[in-house]
Amino acid sequence: MLARTGEDSPPIERTAFVQKSSEPPPIEKIGALRWMRQNLFSSPFNSALSLVTIGLVVYWGVGFIKWGILDAVWYTPDHEVCRAAAGACWAVIAEKHRPMLFGVYPYAEHWRLIIALVVYLSTVTATLTPYCWKRSILIPLWTVSLAVTGVMLWGGVFGLTYVDSAQWGGLPLTMVLFTGTVVIGFPIAILLALGRRSQLPAVKAVSVTLIESMRGVPLITILFVAVNVFPLFLPEGLEIDKMLRVVVGMAIFFACYQAEVIRGGLQAIPRGQYEAAEALGLGYWRMMVKIILPQALRICLPGIVNHIIAALKNTSFVLIIGLFDILTATTAVMQDPLWRRFFVEAYLFVAAVYFIFCFALSKYSQRVELWLNEGRRF
Amino acid sequence: MAAFEASRKSDTSIFNSLAFRGVVYQVLLAVGVVLLGWYLYYNTNANLERQGIATGFDFLGERAGFSIGESLIPFDSANSYGRALVVGIFNTLYVAAFGIVLATILGVFMGIARVSTNWLISKLASGYVEVCRNVPVVLHVIFWASVIRMLPPPREALSPFAGFFITNRGVIYPIPVESPVYPWVGAALVAGIVLATLFARWASRRREQTGQYVPSFLPGLGIVLGLPLLTWLAGGAPIDWSVPALRGFNFQGGASLTPEFVGLLVGITIYTGAFIAEIVRAGIQSVPHGQIEAARAVGLRPGLVMRLVILPQALRVIVPPTTSQYLSLTKNSSLGVLIGYPDLVNVGNTTLNQTGQALEAIAIMMTVYLMISLTISLFMNVYNRLVAIRER
Repeated sequence: MLARTGEDSPPIERTAFVQKSSEPPPIEKIGALRWMRQNLFSSPFNSALSLVTIGLVVYWGVGFIKWGILDAVWYTPDHEVCRAAAGACWAVIAEKHRPMLFGVYPYAEHWRLIIALVVYLSTVTATLTPYCWKRSILIPLWTVSLAVTGVMLWGGVFGLTYVDSAQWGGLPLTMVLFTGTVVIGFPIAILLALGRRSQLPAVKAVSVTLIESMRGVPLITILFVAVNVFPLFLPEGLEIDKMLRVVVGMAIFFACYQAEVIRGGLQAIPRGQYEAAEALGLGYWRMMVKIILPQALRICLPGIVNHIIAALKNTSFVLIIGLFDILTATTAVMQDPLWRRFFVEAYLFVAAVYFIFCFALSKYSQRVELWLNEGRRF
Repeated sequence: MAAFEASRKSDTSIFNSLAFRGVVYQVLLAVGVVLLGWYLYYNTNANLERQGIATGFDFLGERAGFSIGESLIPFDSANSYGRALVVGIFNTLYVAAFGIVLATILGVFMGIARVSTNWLISKLASGYVEVCRNVPVVLHVIFWASVIRMLPPPREALSPFAGFFITNRGVIYPIPVESPVYPWVGAALVAGIVLATLFARWASRRREQTGQYVPSFLPGLGIVLGLPLLTWLAGGAPIDWSVPALRGFNFQGGASLTPEFVGLLVGITIYTGAFIAEIVRAGIQSVPHGQIEAARAVGLRPGLVMRLVILPQALRVIVPPTTSQYLSLTKNSSLGVLIGYPDLVNVGNTTLNQTGQALEAIAIMMTVYLMISLTISLFMNVYNRLVAIRER
């Protein structure tokens, strides 16, 4: 007997399988008390530690807030008002911010530096956004922005007064030194790293000697060489701008540290990648540029950014040889006998400037690492 | 056929041989380096001759004519430039040695604090690390040097402990009055360390051979501390201290650290400490948690888990980058030139300005730093080999 379906059994419901959107795992509801028990008072030792630390934080925190905010003098052209106050004298920054930020650059021309800084910083910000990572955007962007920055800094055209690079100062000089160091240093670093991994003994020897001797000496001595010794190396009558010498010195110093980081990345590339590239008939440079370096630089990105941050901090070494970057300018300003006792506020301000740039760079590099590692976990 | 022959010939042409091209590149590079060197040498000689500067290291024997604020060996302005530079080298090593010890203590402490389960402690430690790492070391040094200059004068000195004073003339602290016993106590301490090391080695070898556990940590500590103590007692236990006391405008007695030394030391210690803290944190976190659980599961006590399981594995990650931090601390001690601490660069700079012998003075500085760097890396490499994985 045939099973009769259709007439007396109920019709089969044909419903499409609808996938529900996946839900996040349930959030464990943690009350403030429970959180404190877990994170602050998990054991007798931890409780004691927390109590002592909370005490100290409150004590110092209240002191700091009183000093820095409640009792502080925010604006006054009169140093006597600051002297009388119990708290911080932020007025020193309001009073002296021009020489601190722009050094010995002619006072009437400071607006040019502001334009240069705005153009430069927006270019850098644009470069750091993935949307702009195209040759068609980056090349014109940088050409225009470097041209504008250069015109603003030097002047001499369009009716702007010419300002010699010896008069540059403050934050713009810091940025110039930093950009010069990284832009000149990075290609040298790649060449040195490749040289150190080269199978040609002479190339390897030259790279190793340069890298190791640069890494063994303080940056100060390199700057002394750039300022005191390098002029002796040149034939009579030929002179190179002091700032350029300093930038090249810092760039070579930066390159030698960066080369070691890149070498680490190169070493991490499996042998098979080289062999596969050779098997395809790629020559040395094409193999390096198309196959090896993109992978190697990606691997050692954190190290690269660390040394770029170090390069930014190292620009402050020019204090020793008398270029007026932001720190030198501030130190010079703080020689003013009327205001010198408020150096803590001034240095905190400079420290905050450096901190903002360095911290932003390091946070940014962590995000780039995430982007680069999307879809690959190694 | 002829064409084929021709193409074969061009394929095997000597210019297509990698080996030949390698030789050509290297010869070109070598010739380039030699030519550059010769060119620089020639220019330098011509320039020096034109400016009438004598070359050579004869100036080292001349009278320096300047005095140095602090020195580990006797020095006055009648001594030679050579001796002044030696004073500078000792001062560099002195501040670097203190800095390395203090930065290690600070860094290890902060690194452990960063991985603490205590939220407050770990946040405070990471605040310290982030702030101090992202501010240039030059600023650290100048800042702390200025802070010390603004401290109260000796009459209103800060005194955190009795007999210990912080003033704008530096830090003044009590020391034991010199006595012939102390060199022997020092010798006993060294002997104690050697004996304790030998004993620990013997104990671990015995444990490996027989399985018998001989406690070595406490007895070792006993030897290291007890031997000097016994020597001190045997020497008649001299207990006189030279305690600083205010006489007129300054302190008499005790010993002192100069404000320049303290400023430089605090600056480079706080800066390098932040980097070491990061390294220590990464090292501790690199040990897989399973290792710790496994160690607990086989019944090791917490102290032993740390000593036998976590530390040996973490050190492997920690030691190499810490070496480069020690090197950079030593090189950063050259910032003494900024605040008047008479380190090698400072003395070298004075010499350079007085004699005009820029080339020689800078060459001396660079050579000395290179040698210091190489020595530190040598020691740390040996230590690294001790803690590295022993693959069988």
